[in-house]
Amino acid sequence: MLARVQVPAQARRGDIVTVRIAIQHPMETGYRPDNFGRRIAKNVINTLTCRYNGVEVFRAEMGSGVSANPQLQFYVRAESSGEMVFDWVDDSGQRGSERAPITVTA
Amino acid sequence: MLTLSAAAAEAPRPQPKSGIEYAGSDVRALQADDFGNPGMLWVARGEKLWNAPAGRSEKSCASCHRDAPTTMKGVATRYPRKDAGGGELLNLEGRINQCRVQQQGADTWRYESEELLSLTAYVAHQSRGMPVNVQINEANRVNFERGRDIYYRRQGQMNLACTHCHERNAGRKLLADTISEGHGNAYPVYRLEWQSAGSLHRRLRACYFGVRAEQPAAGSAELVDLELYLASRARGLRVETPGVRR
Repeated sequence: MLARVQVPAQARRGDIVTVRIAIQHPMETGYRPDNFGRRIAKNVINTLTCRYNGVEVFRAEMGSGVSANPQLQFYVRAESSGEMVFDWVDDSGQRGSERAPITVTA
Repeated sequence: MLTLSAAAAEAPRPQPKSGIEYAGSDVRALQADDFGNPGMLWVARGEKLWNAPAGRSEKSCASCHRDAPTTMKGVATRYPRKDAGGGELLNLEGRINQCRVQQQGADTWRYESEELLSLTAYVAHQSRGMPVNVQINEANRVNFERGRDIYYRRQGQMNLACTHCHERNAGRKLLADTISEGHGNAYPVYRLEWQSAGSLHRRLRACYFGVRAEQPAAGSAELVDLELYLASRARGLRVETPGVRR
């Protein structure tokens, strides 16, 4: 699954930084019929987490009300240099992962 | 039936207006935000495809064309076009598929497939901000005229031509939407109604459906000719790929 993340490369300790992630995903609601009238199975990214140096700082649980190609934005206090790791999984069991480094200066 | 003379069809028009100028502030903001614009996901995928070897030659686009931001800059402003040696009129999608077959020894991508959309978006994106500048010359005049004929030809159960909405009534309302001038300068676009990126031909087919006419296949000669005529109308408008539309 293709995704784009936006994390500032550098921040000062204590800064509140904006983190954004966009994932290419159809987010099938489960309510749509296909061309033959059969229901298309629900398939949405149900869980997304972000860990900052191993500590979970953000978790989203999504359902059928979220648009295709969801984009999420949240704020994190920059504490120490390291890495933000994003993991997500959809209803079909497909997993995705993306990581972004951040350098924190005093 | 009223027929428009070629002279009337080629009368000077006021400066063309891009579809984005008819869109609401939310859609404009989404298009302007390079991270928030969902079409950038397709551009990002296109960049991966650009560098991925394909076919019997095991060459990638980058093997010959190198650095796309340099070599593909301005390319989309000149399409649809014909090769110097003649041949058929090709839009960007057609050119990419031709390259895949002739240079890479790969199969063509199905029109509207994620791969073809993504690579087209990536290539067109390199021309963002540059004015559309197709040339009508002896080689493509026949296509241009065919495209113009389609544009002014009434068709379908609604008995409408492109001109009736996009020229005579641009800026007015059609149900909840504002009718645009029907320019293709932002394609492939991310269309909110589709919840996906889509090609100009997908949009044109939706118009054919709207006037209840028989839809030509995506990538067909009829739609490429029409695309050439639309590009000539859009001359001077800046490429916006990937655009965002409702």
